[in-house]
Amino acid sequence: MNMEWMAWTLPTAIFFIVIFLIVTAMTIWQTVSPSVGRRGFLPLTTTPGDRLFIGLICAAFIHIAWIGLTDLSLWIVFPLAVAWVIVVMIWG
Amino acid sequence: MKKGRKKLIGLAIYFFLLLLPIYWMLNMSLRTNADILSVLTLYPANPTFENYLKIFTDSSWYSGYINSIIYVTINTLISLMVALPAAYAFSRYHFVGDKQVFFWLLTNRMAPAAVFLLPFFQLYSTIGLLDTHIAVALAHCLFNVPLAVWILEGFMSGIPREIDETAFIDGYSLPRFFITIFIPLIRAGVGVTAFFCFMFSWVELLFARTLTVTNAKPIAAVMTRTISATGLDWGLMAAAGMLTLVPGALVIWFVRNHLAKGFALGRV
Amino acid sequence: MNKWENNRAWLLTIPVLIIVAFSAIIPLMTVVNYSVQDIFGPGQRIFVGTEMFRSVLHDYRLRDALWRQFLFSGLVLLIEMPLGVLIALAMPKKGWSVSLALVVLALPLLIPWNTIGTIWMIFTRPDIGLFGATINNVLGIPFDHTASPIDAWITLMLMEVWHWTPLVALLAYAGLRAIPDVYYQAAKIDGASPWATFRYIQLPKMRGVLTIALLLRFMDSFLIYAEPFVLTGGGPGNSTTFLSIYLVKLAVGQFDLGTAAAFSLIYFLIVEVLCFLFYQALQNVGKGANP
Repeated sequence: MNMEWMAWTLPTAIFFIVIFLIVTAMTIWQTVSPSVGRRGFLPLTTTPGDRLFIGLICAAFIHIAWIGLTDLSLWIVFPLAVAWVIVVMIWG
Repeated sequence: MKKGRKKLIGLAIYFFLLLLPIYWMLNMSLRTNADILSVLTLYPANPTFENYLKIFTDSSWYSGYINSIIYVTINTLISLMVALPAAYAFSRYHFVGDKQVFFWLLTNRMAPAAVFLLPFFQLYSTIGLLDTHIAVALAHCLFNVPLAVWILEGFMSGIPREIDETAFIDGYSLPRFFITIFIPLIRAGVGVTAFFCFMFSWVELLFARTLTVTNAKPIAAVMTRTISATGLDWGLMAAAGMLTLVPGALVIWFVRNHLAKGFALGRV
Repeated sequence: MNKWENNRAWLLTIPVLIIVAFSAIIPLMTVVNYSVQDIFGPGQRIFVGTEMFRSVLHDYRLRDALWRQFLFSGLVLLIEMPLGVLIALAMPKKGWSVSLALVVLALPLLIPWNTIGTIWMIFTRPDIGLFGATINNVLGIPFDHTASPIDAWITLMLMEVWHWTPLVALLAYAGLRAIPDVYYQAAKIDGASPWATFRYIQLPKMRGVLTIALLLRFMDSFLIYAEPFVLTGGGPGNSTTFLSIYLVKLAVGQFDLGTAAAFSLIYFLIVEVLCFLFYQALQNVGKGANP
């Protein structure tokens, strides 16, 4: 089957592989030791899966805001977004 | 007593306003185009069925209805078949990631069709399904399968789990229990789900219009083409519109008590 | 909610996963791929990084469409929600009239979306439409949705309210029916006014379904496409170009793949957040129903 129409590029391929690896890791972790929901600084009870989702969506919006508001390189905001995801995962 | 009267009058006014635009289209559909453009009358003075006759005899018109019905039927069947086991899993079992998958399904029901338009077009032209009924049916699965899972899950959760347990103790296997006992128990739910899949596939325009060219062109696209092209035959357009109401109006009576449940994704 | 713990239940969901992955994940990946490239034709594309996002975010037409979308969704919700509740309160409680009222109420919901546009086009045209002609000739106010942006907005909002208020009414009605009679009897004994009954009994009991209705309506009006496409085509000018209409113009009309894809992703993210809120609300409703 011809995959040319999907127009793959290296950066997007890496992006999806990383996302896929994170989701797989989460699934394995939850299968081995299922965790129950708890309350962190977010105003709702969340499981690690929920927190991952919230963190990633937030990270996406951080990047979009960065592109929209500044002309600086994305590499400056990228560590900030990753840090935010980690903060949400641990204390969210 | 007086208060009840006031409520009734208010409701009657609302229903009158609700039906007025539909009545107006009916009125238009029973008149010729020349008649429509010359005078404004509240009811057709010389009712004519010319417009309806034209639709039923011109194949470029009536094939639109046939195409729509074909892909809507295929879509409803696929949606029900894949959604039934999944809905059972969601309503009976707890498994890793169940909530996340359920949520992901919801996002597909809510996703803007316009976002998926472009890749769908490319995807279906690559695998050579463009302008076929199956392409539209599969595209509509994007929102209908999640919808079916949600509604069915709502109905299945209303059936006590003891029934499953008893059947398993009696030596039923899961597939046999599911087909001979469980599905008959929720047949109202299956009917309602089928109705909603049918409905949402029937009312959708964007995918159906983009993924078809001539062979599988749905009635919705045939109508828009008429609107944008010629000098507009209002009577014909109104008649075509009236005919698109028929399927919904026919089946609505059977699901009237479950409408709210269906529209709320099985959550009422 | 005590369900059986069993990870093999995954097997039952495989058909759904395959079919939805085919029609959701693959296209979404493609959209992401398109969004970072400038595509001229088959096989001719260059990687441009975030340029497309940058141009979309600085596109004033997109921002206008976004504000227009929020304004439209907000306004129709402000009308639909109270009207729907009022209708639900006025609905008959028993007898054959219930079925009849339900069927009439649901009628607009089952009309194909492009036919809705057609109905309202015929109804509001100044020359042949009952509504347009009445406003123009009897009341003497010039009204033409094809020429004046304000008239186009009024027409679209009327149409949207006509089309979707029944959904709010239907859900609110279902919520009202779930209130046991005992509550009303207690209110009667206490001599509660109709307003107090509504405020302290009916409204709290309807909160769950009204949340569903609110979010469902917000999201669906956020995705509105077919009705304005048929009725106004996004015009006059760009005055009724909502997000979906603008997106389809970009993608199909101008075949501007990269820009359209970047736009799609931002649109999708906004909807994703709305979905998350909706899902949380649904979960809470579920908890309220079976504690």
